[in-house]
Amino acid sequence: MKRRTLMATAAALAFGLAGVTAASAQETIKLGAAAPLSGPLAGGAAVTHWPAVKLWVHQVNERGGLKLAGGQATIELVEYDDQTNPQQAIQAAQRMATQDNVDFMVSPYSTGLNLAAAPIFAQLGYPQITGTAVTNQQPELAAQFPSMFFVLGRTGVMAEDTAKVLVDLRDKGEIGNRVALVNVADAFGIEMVGISRGVLEAAGFEIVYETSYPLGTQDLAPVIDGAKASNPDAFIAWSYPGDTFALTDQAIVQKFEPKVFFTAVATAFPGYGARFGANAEGVMGMGGVNPDDPAFKAFAEAHVALNGQGPDYWASAATYATLEILGQAIEATGTKDRAVVMEYLKDRSNSYETILGPVQFNENNDNERYWTVGQWQNGVFKGVAARGRDGAAPIQLKQGWQ
Amino acid sequence: MFVLITGLLLGGTYALIAMGLNLQYGVARIMNLANGEMLVAGGFAAFWVFTAGQVSPVAALMVVAPVAFAVNWLIYRFMLRPLVTRAKTRGALEVDSILATFGLSFAMVGVMTWAFGGGYFNYAYLSERVDIFGSSYGQNRVVAFALATLIAVALWLWLNHTRAGLRLRAVSVNPDAARLVGIDVPAVSALAFGLGGAVTATGGALISMFFTLDASVGVLFTMKALIIVIMGGVGDIRGTVVAALILGIAETFVARVIDPGLTLAAAYVLFLGVLLFRPQGLFGKKPT
Repeated sequence: MKRRTLMATAAALAFGLAGVTAASAQETIKLGAAAPLSGPLAGGAAVTHWPAVKLWVHQVNERGGLKLAGGQATIELVEYDDQTNPQQAIQAAQRMATQDNVDFMVSPYSTGLNLAAAPIFAQLGYPQITGTAVTNQQPELAAQFPSMFFVLGRTGVMAEDTAKVLVDLRDKGEIGNRVALVNVADAFGIEMVGISRGVLEAAGFEIVYETSYPLGTQDLAPVIDGAKASNPDAFIAWSYPGDTFALTDQAIVQKFEPKVFFTAVATAFPGYGARFGANAEGVMGMGGVNPDDPAFKAFAEAHVALNGQGPDYWASAATYATLEILGQAIEATGTKDRAVVMEYLKDRSNSYETILGPVQFNENNDNERYWTVGQWQNGVFKGVAARGRDGAAPIQLKQGWQ
Repeated sequence: MFVLITGLLLGGTYALIAMGLNLQYGVARIMNLANGEMLVAGGFAAFWVFTAGQVSPVAALMVVAPVAFAVNWLIYRFMLRPLVTRAKTRGALEVDSILATFGLSFAMVGVMTWAFGGGYFNYAYLSERVDIFGSSYGQNRVVAFALATLIAVALWLWLNHTRAGLRLRAVSVNPDAARLVGIDVPAVSALAFGLGGAVTATGGALISMFFTLDASVGVLFTMKALIIVIMGGVGDIRGTVVAALILGIAETFVARVIDPGLTLAAAYVLFLGVLLFRPQGLFGKKPT
C-alpha cells in the first residue's frame, strides 16, 4: 500500500515536471529531445548533450532555418526530462511522436538510454543518429533497428586503442609490462575491462592488479592503495564521472604515480582540467579531439558564447555532428517527410560534412572515423589515437603529481 | 593501519551524513527522505562561496549551518507540523512524512537544477596529502573527520548534560508523556528538525571538499543515512556514530583486503545482521 502510494506520487510529479513548449506560426520543423535533466546521468548530459543540441538549434534558426523544397523552416525544440530512466525515455519518445507530433527526434543521451529507446524509434520510424552511444554491437543493432546510426565509435576499438597505446610505449622502451586495471561494476565498465584485459594479455602484459567497485563509489582510497602496492607501469580505470574525479584525487593524495594514468568517462570534460589544473597534464582518457582543427575551434567558441561553458573534448562534438547529419539529410531531400529522409540516411554513398570531419556510415550504420584516446596536454585534452582522423598529438608519459 | 585510518575517515563521513537524520527521525519523528538533498544543498552552498569568494568551506559553515537551521525550522513549521497534528498514530505520521518529504526531495532537486544547472560540482580545497603512520591521506578528509567528531561530541554533551537536551530526549522517548510533564513538544520537535537539517547541511559542506556532487545525487546519501540510523538505533547519537564508524571500517576492510566490488554487499550484510539480531539498533532500547 505504502509503496503504491509512493509510486503514484512519483508518477504525478514526473508528469508535472515535463514541460512542453508552445507552437509558432511560420513553417517549422518540430524536433523532439528527451534526455536526462535529473537522475544519475543529468550531470553528464548537462555537459555534453543539452548544450550541443541547443547550440545547433540556435545556429540553424539564426541562419533562417533548414532549406526545404518549399522554403526555409526553422526548428522548434520540444524538450523532455527522461530522468535517466529507460522507461521514461521510451514513454517520452512515444509522447513526442504521438502527442507533440514532432517531425524528428534527437537521440537520447548515453549508451543505455539509446539502446532502451531503439525499438520505439524503429517502430515509429524516426531516425536515431546517436552521438553518445558506444557499444560493440553495431552490426546486430543495425540489423535489428535499421533506423539506428552510430557516430561516436565502438567500445571494442576504444579498448583496443587504449591497449595499443601501452603496447607502443612499451615497444619504445618507455614503460614496462605491469598494468593495474580497475573498473566500475556496471555494463560499461565490465565490457571495457574484458576487452582491454584480453588485448593486454595477448600483447604480453602482466595484469598485476585488477578489481571493480560498485557504481556510485567515491571513496576509492582502498582501490588506489591496492593499485599502488602492485607497483604498475600503467593504471587503466574504466570509470564514470564521480569516480574519475575521486580516483585522480586519491592518486594525488597517495602519491600513486604510474607512467600512464588513464581514467575513462569525464576525463575529457573541461571540468576535469579545471579541477586538477597542472596535475591533469599527461592524464589519458577516452575520446579526444583535434583542438587545432578550425571547425572544432569555431564550435567551441560558439558553445561558450551560447551556453557559458565549453564543450567536452569528446562526445559534445559528436552530439552536435549527429544533428548536422540530420540537418544535411533533411536539406538534401528538401522535405521533412521522415521516410524520405530515412532512405537518404540509409544510402551508404552519402557523406556528411561535420565538425568531426567527413562522416559516412558503413553497412552497419557505423561511422568508422573517430578519436579513441586523448591526453591532457597544455591545458587541452588532445586526441592521441584515432581511427581515420588526422592530427593526433604525440603521447607523453605522465610526470609525477605536484 | 591504512585500513583502520581510511575506515575511520570514511566512518566520519558517514556520521556526517547520518547524524542529522537521526535527530529528525528520532526526536521530530519525521522520516526525512529529503535528507540527501539537504546535504547536497549544503555542499552546493560551500561550492558557491568557495568559487565566488574563495571562502573556505569550513568558514562557510558559519553561514551554512544557521541558514540551514532556519530553512529546516520553517519546513517543519509550515509543511510538516500540519501532518503531525493530523496524524492519529505514529505509523500514520511516518507514512505521511515519507510521502511529503519524498515530494520535497523532488522539489529540491528541481530548485537546485534550476539554480546551479545539472552539471558536476567539485573544487580543490585542502586536497593535499597529510602523512599519518607512513601512509598518505587527504587533508580535507581529516578535517571533515575532526569536525564530525567535534559535532558528535558537542551534540552528545548537549543532549545528555543540558536541560534543553533532556527535553529533546524526553520527546524522543515518548512525545505524549513529555507533554504531560510540561514540555512544549511542537517547539522541541521543530528545534530538533532544524538542528538535524543544520547538521546535515554542515555535513554536505564538508563532504563537498572531496566528493563530486550533482543536483540529483542526494538519494544515495539518503539511503546510506537510513541504514546507519536504523543500525545505530533511532534517537541515539552515540549509536549513529558507532554504526557509521563500523560501516566505514568494514567497507574499507572488505575493499582493501577482499574486493572493492563487495563493499555494498558488506554494508548490507551488516545491516541485515543488525536487523535480525538487534532490530532496535545497536544502542536502541527494546520497545515496551
